[in-house]
Amino acid sequence: MHRIYLDNNATTPILPEVFETMRPYFSEHFGNASSIHHHGQQTRAAVEDARESVAALLGCRASEIVFTSGGTEADNLAIAGLVAAGDHIITSAIEHHAVLLACRHLEETGCEVTVLPVDGRGLVDPDDVRRALRPNTKLISVMMANNETGVLQPVEEIGRIAAEAGIGFHTDAVQAAAKIAIDVKEIGCHALSISGHKIHAPQGVGALYVRKGTRLQPLFYGGRHERSRRAGTENVPGIVGLGKAAQLAKTAFERGDDRKMAALRDRLQQGILAQVEEAAVNGDNAARVPNTTNIRFDHIDGEAMVIALDLKGLAVSTGAACSSGAIEPSHVLVAMGLRTDQARASIRFSLGKQTTAEEIDIALVLVTETVARLRELSPTYKKQAVST
Amino acid sequence: MSGGVDSSTVAAMLRADGHNVIGLTMQLWNQSRLAGREGMPESVQGRCCSLDDVYDARRVAQQIGIPYYVVNHEERFERDVIRPFVEEYVSGRTPIPCSLCNNHLKFDQLLIVAQQIGAERVATGHYARVAFDEARGRWLLNRPADASKDQTYFLFGLTQEQLSRTIFPLGDMTKPEVRELARRHGLALAEKPDSQEICFVPGGDYKRFIDAYLAEQGEALPDTAGDLVTTTGEVLGEHTGIHNFTVGQRKGLGVATGSPLYVIQISGASKQVIVGGEEHLYSRTLRTRRVNLIAVEDLHEPMRVTVKIRHRHEPAAAVIERTGDDEILATFDEPQRAVTPGQAAVFYDGDVVVGGGWIA
Repeated sequence: MHRIYLDNNATTPILPEVFETMRPYFSEHFGNASSIHHHGQQTRAAVEDARESVAALLGCRASEIVFTSGGTEADNLAIAGLVAAGDHIITSAIEHHAVLLACRHLEETGCEVTVLPVDGRGLVDPDDVRRALRPNTKLISVMMANNETGVLQPVEEIGRIAAEAGIGFHTDAVQAAAKIAIDVKEIGCHALSISGHKIHAPQGVGALYVRKGTRLQPLFYGGRHERSRRAGTENVPGIVGLGKAAQLAKTAFERGDDRKMAALRDRLQQGILAQVEEAAVNGDNAARVPNTTNIRFDHIDGEAMVIALDLKGLAVSTGAACSSGAIEPSHVLVAMGLRTDQARASIRFSLGKQTTAEEIDIALVLVTETVARLRELSPTYKKQAVST
Repeated sequence: MSGGVDSSTVAAMLRADGHNVIGLTMQLWNQSRLAGREGMPESVQGRCCSLDDVYDARRVAQQIGIPYYVVNHEERFERDVIRPFVEEYVSGRTPIPCSLCNNHLKFDQLLIVAQQIGAERVATGHYARVAFDEARGRWLLNRPADASKDQTYFLFGLTQEQLSRTIFPLGDMTKPEVRELARRHGLALAEKPDSQEICFVPGGDYKRFIDAYLAEQGEALPDTAGDLVTTTGEVLGEHTGIHNFTVGQRKGLGVATGSPLYVIQISGASKQVIVGGEEHLYSRTLRTRRVNLIAVEDLHEPMRVTVKIRHRHEPAAAVIERTGDDEILATFDEPQRAVTPGQAAVFYDGDVVVGGGWIA
């Protein structure tokens, strides 16, 4: 069975060039980047090259990049590292759990947290941010692009609000990086998180941009790695992979790959909307990253749809998997005002650099067939009378 | 796949026979939901729907090389099993959630999932047999080879449609044979102990579960305290609530008399618990409602059967007859002890399940 993978917002395959660049750092270049000898110097150089590539992708200086174990650690480091007990944090209802649960934990340990709602398009209103400011507000954390819908948030405007208020601004750019151009100066953020495995680098590596001069409390203690911002021996192969993926992403923008990606995504989305009745795009009418579309197929159960499609070789996703692996309705879609059954009827399609037009066309057939079968079994779906 | 030895062995057997097998676990109840509430353990492990069981089921699926998915049916389980369980209990009846779960989840929702994902049949690790009887033109539910594991009592609600799409591969095997087969398939959980209690009630303590559940829901346990009376209407004292009693119960009545007293009847309406001597525990008849017939389409005339009135009851000879649109009366040859409203009465013709209903 030829398997088609349209779940790239969950993770992406490592690009062959990325893997080749990493390969020597598993074996011949094995040094600890902190060692003073030849072996350490080799890996140190590789880590710093990677840092420069990541900095170039984000429009910052290499010294402002802190490598982490991934997006979750980057988010946690930014949030816990920028506030103290008694501070107030403003965040949004559609954040990734790495942000939401980090904030909830801080709330339990003495911080105040405001969770802003979103509108029907999935957008945070900057005026809500402004209104939520308190004298003790220390940090705003609003994501750049949402993982479920791909909807881009008004981060530049929120950055200006943070600057006017003289407070910190963190943005989780895990789902934006390598999909749209990022310039931390335009955003005006103090911290920005990215993850390796969402941009065709390996799992287990990520980075946090921390604006120069920003005081950041570390999460870990154990060494002066990463300028004392993240203790622990560097994951050199992972960091090398992240650097290469960042470099490839930058040249891909220059080639206009993002427009091609959007065209493929639109081909899928328009095909579905043309062939399937009672289907709608969640987050339509908002600017989105080019690889994501989230479509609601009324009267179906997304969980059954994901399983049925997987058995036919198409990987997509719905909602969030809880610890058992069972699916719970997406908190993002619920925050956008969808009923639980509508959230459960929604499927996320997310493309990667490896996705081809042929795959999109096959996916389209599988999706329309599966929706038709599921609707035949659906107690709420009434077959429309054919009007002449 | 519950993560137990029975369903795991079924999956391994079917896979070895060359079937295209898909492993499914139903996530029915979040075991951590009530954990830590008053009277409930801090953490619950190794029970149905627990992370450990899902882990075990998933490892078996990986080992035998089949796709595996967890499907979330928590809302439905709460609505169709937990809620009725709590309500039955609070109103003085003794419910059997396993039958509700079979009727509303395992052989209803799971069959729908199977259809949705293109599977022809659902196989489970229940000890029972299904066969199509040409002469009657009906699917039959029969008792399994291993009488000690017989689960037909909990399966009386299955419809013809459900039976036609269900297979019970363990019906011809004994439990020791199943464990041996699990060992031969190299399943690490071949020695895993059987689950004994109701899956969502840790430690088997219904009362604590119900208290914790109602507290979580912000509901108070209804006050069902009332009089403890004898069969002749004499008030012996007061009791703390009808849900603390079950028919046939002897201990914990809070009264001392010369001869042993048993709970004979619980009246939800008057909140009375009626007690009496053992002789009053015996009934010659029972009425069942919400009846499901399997081996016959309908009961046009009285039929001689054996009737099982609780899980561990030896079926007793009786005649059943239809006494209403949804009522079947069973008249026993010999009076039966502690006929308990809320339990099921299942009718057998030898090893064949004729049907069953809920004791009114």
